[in-house]
Amino acid sequence: MNQSEAAPDAAAETALDPAYEAKLRADYEGQSREDVLRDYREMLRIRRFEEAAARAYTRGKISGFLHLYIGQEAIAIATKQVMQPGDRVVSAYRTHGFAIALGSEPNACAAELFGKAAGLVGGIGGSMHFFDKKRGLWGGYAIVGNHIPVAAGHAFASQYTGDGAVTLCFMGDGAVGIGPVHEGMTMAGIMKLPIVFVVENNQYSMGTPLKRTLPVEDITSRAAGYGFASDRFHVTSVQETRRRLAEAVDRARKEGRPTLIELITYRFRGHSMSDPAKYRQKEEVDRWRLNDPLERTLVALKTIYQVPEQDLDGIDEAIVAEMDAAYEFADKAPPPPPEARFENVMAEGPYYGDSATTRPAGVE
Amino acid sequence: MPILQIRQAIRDAMKEEMERDERVFLMGEEVGYYNGAYKCSEGLLDQFGAKRVIDTPITETGFAGIGIGAAMCGLRPIVEFMTFNFSAVAFDQILNNASKIRHMTHGQFGVPMVFRGPNAAAHMLGSTHSQAFEHFYAHIPGLKVIAVATPYDAKGLLKTAIRDDNPVLFLESELMYSVKGEVPEEEYLIPFGQADIKRKGDAVTVITWGQGVPVALKAAELAAAEDLSCEVIDLRSIRPMDEAAIIASVKKTNRAVVVYHGWPTGGVGGDIVARIQELAFDDLDAPVLRVCYEDLPMPYAENLENLILPSPERALAAIRRVAYKR
Repeated sequence: MNQSEAAPDAAAETALDPAYEAKLRADYEGQSREDVLRDYREMLRIRRFEEAAARAYTRGKISGFLHLYIGQEAIAIATKQVMQPGDRVVSAYRTHGFAIALGSEPNACAAELFGKAAGLVGGIGGSMHFFDKKRGLWGGYAIVGNHIPVAAGHAFASQYTGDGAVTLCFMGDGAVGIGPVHEGMTMAGIMKLPIVFVVENNQYSMGTPLKRTLPVEDITSRAAGYGFASDRFHVTSVQETRRRLAEAVDRARKEGRPTLIELITYRFRGHSMSDPAKYRQKEEVDRWRLNDPLERTLVALKTIYQVPEQDLDGIDEAIVAEMDAAYEFADKAPPPPPEARFENVMAEGPYYGDSATTRPAGVE
Repeated sequence: MPILQIRQAIRDAMKEEMERDERVFLMGEEVGYYNGAYKCSEGLLDQFGAKRVIDTPITETGFAGIGIGAAMCGLRPIVEFMTFNFSAVAFDQILNNASKIRHMTHGQFGVPMVFRGPNAAAHMLGSTHSQAFEHFYAHIPGLKVIAVATPYDAKGLLKTAIRDDNPVLFLESELMYSVKGEVPEEEYLIPFGQADIKRKGDAVTVITWGQGVPVALKAAELAAAEDLSCEVIDLRSIRPMDEAAIIASVKKTNRAVVVYHGWPTGGVGGDIVARIQELAFDDLDAPVLRVCYEDLPMPYAENLENLILPSPERALAAIRRVAYKR
């Protein structure tokens, strides 16, 4: 495997490069035009959702932290495609992609970013805390690595109840050094839980490259220490990611054996909206763009599947319109009412605080 | 009525709740084959098997998080910390996940679970193993915090904790696991948020909980010999707190002392004083005093530890002071 921050071997200067085209054709061998169009559409929905988020952030409509997934969309789409009903995705704070992929309403996602009552979690969580239980999105965690034991707990519950579900737990490369990751994986290994741990290695822990945060190059070298199976590859297409994730999900479901997967990927935006990403060169970003799964899918559709340009434009325009409408909805949606702050603190119902001395005026 | 130790009352509460509800399981270090570091889970592995009485590696963050994740799926975990001092390792799980998941998921998930184990100083364990954690956890909305001092309370409150739909921190005491008391054979539950008057009196209100209870009761006994009648209120439930019981007593006695384990600065004791001064200012005849640890880390040496711990003698001195009898 290459140095982690270097571009994959397949990098070539233009889509017309013979080597690039040969690799592209090999990658899409046996893929139906219908499936590839679907994957393209699904990835593009995430990207257009997030580009709209970036614009809204710039216009001051979104506050707090906003971490974009641009460049990593194929992972979320492949994940959705390998899930069975009841399976769970647990992720960190770069989670919009999973929400859109799993079928969360763009209106609700955008409204959450705007802090509105119609948001995915009522405007309470914001960008970093997306949860959509009925679609299999189980977070949404913003303290790096602290969801790994929780995800193991979901898998433990599956083992305990025999519900047959698999938990897919995602984290960034920046998470692998923190304690809960080690403890959660130790527990998952010793209890043989039906779980897949996926490290989305997007090359940077905020602005620090992996080689400065991890003493070895290969994150999956840790798998042996937990008794896990492992896999490691560049994410260049939905279908290859889907195939290899499916193996791990299958292993979890049928054998109760966890897998640690390192997905080598790239985020084209900064860590968050406040990060201009000055720690990397334009040449590096350009090299990775050639292997952007969304871009490759588009090239494949044009060259291999001969999809007319106007059809592709039509898809894009429809998606842009869908996402614009979502942000329009979010902008106009009302904020949560004042009493919303008392909700969901305690199970019993509205909670106004423990002491009569500090309760807000007007409540008992 | 059967006489049980606190450890047996805790064991019986877990046993009965595990018999009643298959979703309840116990997880922690040495809870299974070892029967519990303090024998609170004696016999449970034999009865329920390794599926429901689960020995863990030394991974407080790991198994606290597993409990949280399992509770989100509808199970009802009991996570035992060998001591609450080790809960510090899992603090992020409790602070950022257990207490907040219902809130940050807008009610899509709840965390119905219990974290339990011994709390506060025992005897000569040094600074890292002698800390009182209610002061950290009671600060956090979304949690409930319980501290028990008798077998009766331990059983009734632990059963309530296991059935509660919120995360509950259930604080026991290493020094008090052998304390004996009557426990009814028939089932009973004790609701949260209800203090118990452990001794009636009318001159000074002594508010306490957990390991502070025997200290307060001993001090009240010493005070009685000086014709000072103390009312000892065992809060049992720190969050939610039975503010009404405290205020009713203070309105009667016009004087209060808070006796507890833990440091004075930024803790539950100061919070109680704040509530009293706001709700019963005009009824007070003396400043409210706290008797707790000196504001120092706990040394190992026995003589130094004894100086720092709240003692019946120190509590008595405070009782005399608020009664203006020196």
